[in-house]
Amino acid sequence: MSERNVQQEIHDTVTQNPVVLFMKGSASFPMCGFSAAAVQLLKNCDAQFVTVNVLEDQDIRQGIKDYANWPTIPQLYIKGEFIGGSDIMKELYATGELQQQLAALK
Amino acid sequence: MHPNEVKALIEAALPCTAVEVEGDGHHFYATIVSPAFEGLKLLDRHRLVKDRLKAKLDSGELHALSLRATRTPAEAAP
Repeated sequence: MSERNVQQEIHDTVTQNPVVLFMKGSASFPMCGFSAAAVQLLKNCDAQFVTVNVLEDQDIRQGIKDYANWPTIPQLYIKGEFIGGSDIMKELYATGELQQQLAALK
Repeated sequence: MHPNEVKALIEAALPCTAVEVEGDGHHFYATIVSPAFEGLKLLDRHRLVKDRLKAKLDSGELHALSLRATRTPAEAAP
């Protein structure tokens, strides 16, 4: 059986989708307040995004922390670039930068 | 830990022109104005603060710190 390459899987996910949110739970049923806040911010921006539920995959849950060198979840990626967690999303939204970055994709 | 102690930790960790901290003793919310943020994007500003406070965060002494806003003095000017 071949070893799973989690870092490659994550890289593929964030580069093949314009906007990816790694979160606890799903967009419809967030399982954590920070993840819920992140989803709400993306919805406020009218963004199209895909979500990855880290609670369903322990390898991804640890792997995404290593990938970004960032200790917490949720994590937002736009065009393969790690943007930040929920604090950073809130601050970017407050300044209007999040809306701009997401609108630029349309 | 009292919010004022967290404020002191932040001020000791990087040069600040203003720091505000609120919290309940476990979760803290900080607004920081620092010239050290000049030229850094938001992610790197947050990384800088968390990195400077890493020992306190890792030891659990400082349990949870959210950053509400990280601005340079120029950005904070009214």
